[in-house]
Amino acid sequence: MSNVKHPFDDHVATIPVLQETPASPAAPRRMTLNMGPQHPSTHGVLRIMIELEGEIIVRAEPDIGFLHTGIEKQCETNTWAQVVTLTDRVDYLSNLGNNLVYALTVEKLLQMEIPPKAQWMRVMLAELDRLNSHLVWLGTHALDIGAMSMFFYCFREREDILRLKEMFSGQRMMTSYIRPGGLALEPPRGWEKAVGKFIRAFPSKVDEYESLLDSNPIWKIRTQGVGFISIEDMLDLGVTGPMIRAAGIPLDVRKTEPYSSYEKFDFIVPTRTENDVYSRYRVRMEEMRQSARIIVQAMEGMPEGAITADAPHVVLPDREKMKTQMESLIYHFKIVTEGYRVPAGEAYQAIESPRGEIAYYAVSNGTSKPYRLYMRTPSFGNLIALPTLLEGTLIADSIASLGSMDFVLGDTDR
Amino acid sequence: MVGHERGGQEGPGQVNHAFHHPAILETQQALGETTLIADAAQIVDLCRYLKDSEKFVRLSSLTAIDWHPAEPRFEVVYHLHSIDPIRRLRVKCRVGGENPGIDSVTGVWRSSNWYEREVFDLFGIRFRNHPNMVRILMPIDWEGHPLRKDYPVHGYKYDYGQRKD
Repeated sequence: MSNVKHPFDDHVATIPVLQETPASPAAPRRMTLNMGPQHPSTHGVLRIMIELEGEIIVRAEPDIGFLHTGIEKQCETNTWAQVVTLTDRVDYLSNLGNNLVYALTVEKLLQMEIPPKAQWMRVMLAELDRLNSHLVWLGTHALDIGAMSMFFYCFREREDILRLKEMFSGQRMMTSYIRPGGLALEPPRGWEKAVGKFIRAFPSKVDEYESLLDSNPIWKIRTQGVGFISIEDMLDLGVTGPMIRAAGIPLDVRKTEPYSSYEKFDFIVPTRTENDVYSRYRVRMEEMRQSARIIVQAMEGMPEGAITADAPHVVLPDREKMKTQMESLIYHFKIVTEGYRVPAGEAYQAIESPRGEIAYYAVSNGTSKPYRLYMRTPSFGNLIALPTLLEGTLIADSIASLGSMDFVLGDTDR
Repeated sequence: MVGHERGGQEGPGQVNHAFHHPAILETQQALGETTLIADAAQIVDLCRYLKDSEKFVRLSSLTAIDWHPAEPRFEVVYHLHSIDPIRRLRVKCRVGGENPGIDSVTGVWRSSNWYEREVFDLFGIRFRNHPNMVRILMPIDWEGHPLRKDYPVHGYKYDYGQRKD
């Protein structure tokens, strides 16, 4: 055996602990409770150290990083084209959204024009992904609170969306379908019929979920007036997405800084003012209806034309052309072996993911690999507010508050 | 590409407006985005000015870039977001030396707490006056800072042929 000692050999994990506050006559004894990382209602591997005084949470300290896989480091060793497959794995409930933000960032650096059909397709797929993510959120959130049957209803529709994603890209989850320069493949034959059949039936399904939950008094009692966090705190802590919209701020990147032709679609940004778990649920339900509207508009107004930009040095050539034309073969070989070069510079592109503002910051030094790719993920950004959200509330409400944030731990830890 | 071809006119990313603060060393405009190069020693003062006088109420993200082996080695990058009007701004500071460090902006935006911990964890840049400067993503006893350019990508088990048994 090697006598070189590796740091892994005597690796003993030190777990951060919350020091208990000593009891005094003025303050009763406090209890420290460890929640997670394997608790089902933490939706992944989130550990929260909670200090309790009776049933009131006095301090809450999240411990993240259990799913850290060094994706940003891996991005630096892959070519710009290969990184697409890594972006799928960041937020595993919104793969197409991650593909989209990466593609937009690289296209910004390349200063590339994308044909309208590809833009419309991207919008439609990103909205299908929003439905997918919101359905998983609704099912699991309701399951946490005790409305078990919601889970089955939501996953029924989610299955349809996964089938559509498979139809388009060949993959149910890790799609890699939206790539710098356009789309990976020509949309499959008969996609209009498949998407149309799903989306025409969908609004009535949302009504069904609402009638199931809103007629349930337990659901209302457990969500209304629970999980309040002030607007000032939210802005200061950088919260985005449905959380901040449920507090009355119509902050939605699709409206404020439209990308991929979103300004050509007619939709509203739903907001509420109650700023509790129930209003976040209502905002997301309304968002599902708006997403369905956008998908219908995208389908009806789908432009004709190419699905990739006219940039042979970036976009992989058509398979048939590659076999018959020398130039296509050369480009194919160059893209696959060396990768395409991206001009030196930096770009920051934000889009609206189902959870909030997702932004990629790409730095290029002119080579075929990213020099640095930073992912500003909405789950990480929103989890910063978790201590503020939980402190001072009842432990029994913490599950509802946690669920209303809708975080994905893969997205948090990257 | 919508949103990108805004050229010279004012868009959400590009701020055609001069900021007046002694910490600003240079203003750059590229790809419709505005970047301020700032003096690292006055970063807290600059951030407070941008938040209070220029309405950049949100810190969208905070990260760093390692330009190894250049010196100063690191660039700390702040992405700011103003909601009314919608504007984005990037602020960059260069830090270097044996023990790179910069003042924490947790007093300006509380959200920077976790971002600064992440930068410390992955790059080893210390943030002075930070309330809780510990690792966030890696295990607490981890050695090294993974996003530094001189940190290996693969672990020891990939060093085939180099072990002398």
